[in-house]
Amino acid sequence: MSFLLFQTSLALYLLATAAYLVFFFSEKAQIRKNARLLFVLAFALHSVTIIVRYFEAGHTPITTRHETISFFAWSLGCGYLSFCWRYEVKNLGAFVSLLVLTLMTMAAFASREIVSLSPLLQSGWLPAHASLSILAYGFFALAGIGGLMYLLQERTIKRKRFGLFYSRLPSLETLDKLNHHCLSVGFPLLTLGMITGSLWAKQALGSYWHWDPKETWTLITWLLYAGLIHQRFTVGWRGRQAAWLSIAALVVALFTYWGVSVFFAGYHGNFS
Amino acid sequence: MAIFPETIALIGVNHKTAPLELRERLACSAGYEPPLAALSSLSSLREYYLLSTCNRVEIAFVSAGVQRARTDILSTLFAPGVTAKELEPHVYQYEQEAAIEHLFQVAASLDSMVVGEAQILGQMKDAYRAAAKAGGTGLILNRLLHKSFSVAKRVRTETRIGASAVSISYAAVELGRKIFGDLAGKRALLIGAGEMAELAAEHLLNNGVASVVVANRTLERAVNLARRFKGTAVSLAELQEQLRHVDVIISSTGATELILRKEDVRSVMRSRRNRPLFFIDIAVPRDLDPAINELDNVYLYDIDDLQNVVELNRADRDREAVKAGRIISEEVLKFERWLENMASTPTIIQLRGLMENIVRVEVEKTAGRIGAVGEAQQEALEKMAQAIAGKMLYHPLQYLKAENHCVDLEERIHTVRSIFELDDTPPAAAQPGENSHA
Repeated sequence: MSFLLFQTSLALYLLATAAYLVFFFSEKAQIRKNARLLFVLAFALHSVTIIVRYFEAGHTPITTRHETISFFAWSLGCGYLSFCWRYEVKNLGAFVSLLVLTLMTMAAFASREIVSLSPLLQSGWLPAHASLSILAYGFFALAGIGGLMYLLQERTIKRKRFGLFYSRLPSLETLDKLNHHCLSVGFPLLTLGMITGSLWAKQALGSYWHWDPKETWTLITWLLYAGLIHQRFTVGWRGRQAAWLSIAALVVALFTYWGVSVFFAGYHGNFS
Repeated sequence: MAIFPETIALIGVNHKTAPLELRERLACSAGYEPPLAALSSLSSLREYYLLSTCNRVEIAFVSAGVQRARTDILSTLFAPGVTAKELEPHVYQYEQEAAIEHLFQVAASLDSMVVGEAQILGQMKDAYRAAAKAGGTGLILNRLLHKSFSVAKRVRTETRIGASAVSISYAAVELGRKIFGDLAGKRALLIGAGEMAELAAEHLLNNGVASVVVANRTLERAVNLARRFKGTAVSLAELQEQLRHVDVIISSTGATELILRKEDVRSVMRSRRNRPLFFIDIAVPRDLDPAINELDNVYLYDIDDLQNVVELNRADRDREAVKAGRIISEEVLKFERWLENMASTPTIIQLRGLMENIVRVEVEKTAGRIGAVGEAQQEALEKMAQAIAGKMLYHPLQYLKAENHCVDLEERIHTVRSIFELDDTPPAAAQPGENSHA
């Protein structure tokens, strides 16, 4: 059942991405409306997929590679819709949907088998810790996309060469707001994810912090984002600097999220 | 035979042919008087007019030797600052109908950097007034310039080229939106009080900018302008302090050196907490250090840069420009016809002079033969002779004047002149003896 739902939402994401791309090049308002509708539909179906899988598996489906990537894609969509609901960001959808589609395709190729939980993971902390952390990464990824768009648009305006992007990308101010929004939502989520993880570790393993590679790298990521937010709120770092740092922090975050499990052994290592 | 030996010509540089840096050096920052005085000293020019704006420097003139006039102008007008050799590759030159057409296009704002902007007409009128005051314009240029003003008016009313008046200020608003997202609540600072700056400020206010601060060398002018925009006036010394509070800066002073440098702006950015600043430099020569653009969150655009922005929504206006082009072609034809008639004028005058001479001589002769005649008889005699002469002249004159004639005007003039042997006889001082057989 969840398999079929997943396929359908994947197909809808594909259509939404195509529509967003058509809008990107043609700039026809009607297409944008349809693209949005498709994306919301795909997102809704994706949510249903996760819920159905929860019942099929009997536990929160954020443990296997397929599940985490799918949930990451969902978090990204979540962040996107949360921002769109408040602000108008021209063509952000094209960038986001493209990334969501890529993630969903990756998830589709990963093994979709439902793996029963090891005793260590059988805890009420699992849904809280895993979902909060991945949700945070979703927002950070959105900040990274916003940063990329900011750099593209900033370059156009600075160099005064008005090509493909000038009319198609939103204003610098909007993109900076996006960065602000994503950081101020993503950072508390990451912090909560770390606290819940730490409490869980205390309960399951006896101490709050183990210097497990994943933990160490998460701390590095956290410090990076903390630094970025600190600079934003005190000195007024914004624009290009903030955009570059968001992208750099995203790279570290993605390494924490995936790379660490590949390169280091640790108790997080079993599930991406 | 040269029926109209003098040529209407126009030479100049504009934003398309010369870089800003060169135009800056050509701009007549000291007003029109010195350059016009320089032009008046050139014997090769019969009539002349000079237009200098931040986008163009043009000289229209009437001369018998266009090439010599061109060399004279290029070597004297901009002499110490810019050499003729440096200028040569950027100069365009038009003659006769091409010159007329160009002048009409400039007046109608078709040749402007921002097609359809209305300021150029005012600038041309100022330039014309200055040239007329300096005694530069005569029969032909007076007519030509007046005509170009009316052509501009016609283009404005018959096409939408002015309605879509996308001007520098439009481009500024467009860019401002891409930087600030929304102009609502933003503040603008005007440095210097030129017409262009005022227009830009008005445009910004119409698009949501909250307030305008005016800084000017003379505070009085700043106060007046500020009152118009319901803003505040400050002196130039307070500039740096103002940079903390404003978002968009439009600079258009007549200052010859930079009024804001990179360092001045860099120090302000810290206290602004890096909120973006958008500088628009519409002054020639430049007011703002080009290096300002290198600062983060600071954007500097000069006139040339703004052109690229305007270029983006050009397609609509191109259609109207075609219509305007048609109006201009029509008007050029009309003006040429007038010029042609001008060409026949000397012949007509000469012909009349010839006839008057004959009448005078013959009346005297006859009066002498009859003996003593009374004043009334003498008058009747003269009247009769004049009537005969008039009737005789009627057809040749009609032949010269008639429009849409199937014979070329030049040829007609030639015919009339050879029949009456106008080129063999000195026109005014015809000898009675020689004329008697005519």
